[in-house]
Amino acid sequence: MSNENPSDLKYTNTHEWVRDNGDGTVTIGITEHAQDLLGDVVFVELPELESSLTAEENCGVIESVKAASDMYAPLEGEVTEVNEELDGEPELINTAPFGEGWIFSMKLKSMADLEELMDADAYEAFCQE
Amino acid sequence: MPDTSQNTTPQRTPLYDKHLESEGKIVDFAGWEMPINYGSQVKEHNQVREDAGMFDVSHMVVLDFHGKDVKRFLQYLLANDVAKLKDSGKALYSGMLNETGGVIDDLIVYYLSDDFYRMVVNAATRVNDLQWINQQAKDFDLEIKERDDLAMIAVQGPNAREKTHSLLTAENATKVSALKPFFGCQVDEIFFARTGYTGEDGYEIMILNDDVADFWDKLLSSGVKPIGLGARDTLRLEAGMNLYGTDMDETISPLSAGMAWTIAWEPSERDFIGRKALETLKSEGIKHKLVGLILEDKGVLRGHQKVVTEFGDGEITSGSFSPTLGLSIALARVPTEAKDKCHVEIRGKHLSAKIVKPQFVRNGKSVL
Repeated sequence: MSNENPSDLKYTNTHEWVRDNGDGTVTIGITEHAQDLLGDVVFVELPELESSLTAEENCGVIESVKAASDMYAPLEGEVTEVNEELDGEPELINTAPFGEGWIFSMKLKSMADLEELMDADAYEAFCQE
Repeated sequence: MPDTSQNTTPQRTPLYDKHLESEGKIVDFAGWEMPINYGSQVKEHNQVREDAGMFDVSHMVVLDFHGKDVKRFLQYLLANDVAKLKDSGKALYSGMLNETGGVIDDLIVYYLSDDFYRMVVNAATRVNDLQWINQQAKDFDLEIKERDDLAMIAVQGPNAREKTHSLLTAENATKVSALKPFFGCQVDEIFFARTGYTGEDGYEIMILNDDVADFWDKLLSSGVKPIGLGARDTLRLEAGMNLYGTDMDETISPLSAGMAWTIAWEPSERDFIGRKALETLKSEGIKHKLVGLILEDKGVLRGHQKVVTEFGDGEITSGSFSPTLGLSIALARVPTEAKDKCHVEIRGKHLSAKIVKPQFVRNGKSVL
């Protein structure tokens, strides 16, 4: 199992990663650890564009061959972009969870909320628990 | 439902270390520590459809029946009729029913000689099955031996037989390759059966616990890849084969579980357990049937999702994504009149699905 969680990302305890795009938006995906647990992803129900989400709100579903797994908004904000590529190539979540397998972007209500999330070290420790 | 927690300490098959060597991800299955996959379930699935894969099925239960009453007993115990088995080695699929016509287990029985039959039953139902069988056998002259000295490997796929033959002596390879579908034979210490649970050709191989790891390694080196329980489930689902405890159980009759073909009604004087109940059910009219579903919208069908038809509601019994077809398929129990179209309720939405015969893939190809 990979322990290479990028240090420039923030993490949730539901195994999403959050990247600060520096323009008031963040991009969200699931971690290497999460994709490994899920196995082969075959379908992603993406969040609705422009929907307002609260922190930890259920906003989509990732279906692997094995099971359906809920996806959660890491923080409060509005969905600004979703990764349409996942419609045709859901396996990008397995092959590039931190890259092309990104899932959606949000404009956060407050960028300061990012501080509530774990950094890479804390997330790694969390996964070891 | 059968008790699936027969043992508090998890059991391991003689191939446990082999699974670890191949980086198998171990999960609990009916009290056994078994590999769910060795990395990618989809790759393993495709490996079986396109080449050859092997499954450790040593947790399954092999029972040998010896004695002069064995045939008469099995004709009483099983809904299918072992009298159909006339050639040595021939196998038969059957349900074992209770008095109310519910399915206690599904199994394969091999006819080896007039006083020797071999049966393979599910691991999850072991305790219940043994109890039931022994109880029914009280008044028959026979001996039941659980062959826990045997492990079992299923080798499946278009190249499975050829790769298996390559490991045998020329003489044995000739014997084994001559097996017709649904036949088995003993070759030295190994029992080969041309059966399986994937919709592909191949063998189920019963071999002594002490010899199985070596045989597994030989199969590995001949290019047969290890396949986990995850792919076993998607393969059998595509093949339209029932999974006990999921697609049927003690409360479901074979008539509502796609198993009507396994009931031998003739000869009418054969009084097998559950016969009266089945006759009553039949005369009252069968209300539900097991069908195949193909999801037309995007999503994945899963067990217990509600199926909505114009004749009433049904339920998915097994559902998954089909790697071979690239879409989601399921087995579902629906009202008998239902046909063509239905809806499946997934997370509050009604998605469109097509009702088809419960068989999706055979020998690597779609049969839709």
